[in-house]
Amino acid sequence: MKKLINAVDDVVKEQLEGMEMAHGDMLAVNYEPFFVYRKDAPVSGKVAVISGGGSGHEPMHGGFVGMGMLDAACPGAVFTSPTPDQMYEAAKKVNSGAGVLNLVKNYTGDVLNFETAAELAHGDGIPVQNILIDDDASVKDSLYTAGRRGVGTTVIAEKIVGGAAEDGYDLDKLADLARKVNMYGRSMGIALSGASVPGADKPLFELSDEEFEFGIGIHGEPGRVRQAMKSADEITEMMVAAILDDEAYTRTVREWDREKGEWEEKELTDEPFASGQDVILFVNSMGGTPVSELYAVYRKAAMILKDRGFNVVRNLVGPYITSLEMQGASITIVRADEEILKYWDAPVKTPGLRWGG
Amino acid sequence: MVTKEAVSKWLDAMTDIYLENQKYLTELDSAIGDGDHGNNMARGFKKVREKLPELQEKDIGGLLKGVGMTLMSTVGGASGPLYGTFYMRAGGAVDGKEELDLADVVALFDAGLGGVVSRGRAELGDKTMIDALTPAVEALKAAQEAGQSVEEALQAAAAAAEQGMKDTAPLQARKGRASYLGERSIGHQDPGSTSTYFMMKTASENLT
Repeated sequence: MKKLINAVDDVVKEQLEGMEMAHGDMLAVNYEPFFVYRKDAPVSGKVAVISGGGSGHEPMHGGFVGMGMLDAACPGAVFTSPTPDQMYEAAKKVNSGAGVLNLVKNYTGDVLNFETAAELAHGDGIPVQNILIDDDASVKDSLYTAGRRGVGTTVIAEKIVGGAAEDGYDLDKLADLARKVNMYGRSMGIALSGASVPGADKPLFELSDEEFEFGIGIHGEPGRVRQAMKSADEITEMMVAAILDDEAYTRTVREWDREKGEWEEKELTDEPFASGQDVILFVNSMGGTPVSELYAVYRKAAMILKDRGFNVVRNLVGPYITSLEMQGASITIVRADEEILKYWDAPVKTPGLRWGG
Repeated sequence: MVTKEAVSKWLDAMTDIYLENQKYLTELDSAIGDGDHGNNMARGFKKVREKLPELQEKDIGGLLKGVGMTLMSTVGGASGPLYGTFYMRAGGAVDGKEELDLADVVALFDAGLGGVVSRGRAELGDKTMIDALTPAVEALKAAQEAGQSVEEALQAAAAAAEQGMKDTAPLQARKGRASYLGERSIGHQDPGSTSTYFMMKTASENLT
């Protein structure tokens, strides 16, 4: 597969070196182990927000490091979770004393590595909490699977939680907000083509010119169905309906009990969407789909939401959580309230998102 | 008694078996996972081999904990923290020991299993490494009760792990990426249970 790379083993390192050279005014990079951190970290009195995951989804997460969003991002190898030493070293670097909130996408590797990192940070006396992002409505069942995957809501949560951290939220209040944003957000993704990781001789999966996959994950995890290719409007209708008609979703998450120094299991249930709600509409490219096509998807999604009585009060359109060169798109809808909008609108200055201030 | 040299030989043999089976584990993982298990285990144990001379200066507990830390920071994915936790807890169960009797060997694997269960929250039958490790630990305990030798106990454990590994094929995955395949995961042997079988097989051949 043709790719603009020098050597497969250097892909992540050279990407980080380039980011540091391009965005040295906002961020810096630690190379052993890998993490990207805010240039002015630790920010006095502020809870630090950390995220991370496999590489290949850029600009998420490294491109969201900076004022008003993440304090650090820990990149793993392409599509492979980072290791606990990365998150632990990052936590030590960016902790101002107010503690660290880890935003963790729900993939088994990410969850286990972030949990180990949280235990290490706790052992060093760093106040820490992990909040899970699991918004992929494609996955119906949490009992017999690893549960819903973390996808588009991650970007929205990183922005909102980052804004609130900047405004002085303490660790518990920030964790409550992160949990709320996750529970208010749901996503659906589709693929028109597969993607291949650097060095692989074939794509993760293949789709013919006549078909698309509905409900795909951002690492090519299998979706709900494979169907004959349809128009932008028809595919958008399927995606929006899957989100709006999604029923209540219950899962058990593990959050850190700082008093006891152990994991506490919590059962959380999201409520379905209801007509009349204000929402943020986020239309995302998987990497290979051009922005022009995203606007066709946005157009139809916004019309459906209006018809069904929702108010789209904010939006985001573009490639923000990608899957290498995969052709495809995802729609994320997040219910918005006053607190969420306040911190969505708050100033942000990162390579990937920048407004206000 | 199992000496520290035997434990080092075990770790060395495990590095060999993971390197020899890198492609095989990756093929198993490509069928139902993300196809990186062979590469991840090989990368982790190559690092263990590199660090072994330094780690050997510690007692057996310290040595195994060092292996756990090494795997934790080099393997990634889900298997990094799972195997990392296994060796860290296993080491914790034999802290300060320079040699192991059967009770120590049982304690070592039992503590490792406990670590994997609490970290991964998998249950028996979820089509994970637990399905090979649990019967292996049960076999060790049964051998201990029957008054068998360390060699006999570990041979029984390796045989139990092999059976447990084979028995994952008809199971439907309920953990990890394979769980999204639902019924389509049936018919494939679990890669994690396979790398666990290799661990028990090399233990039976070297911890004597």
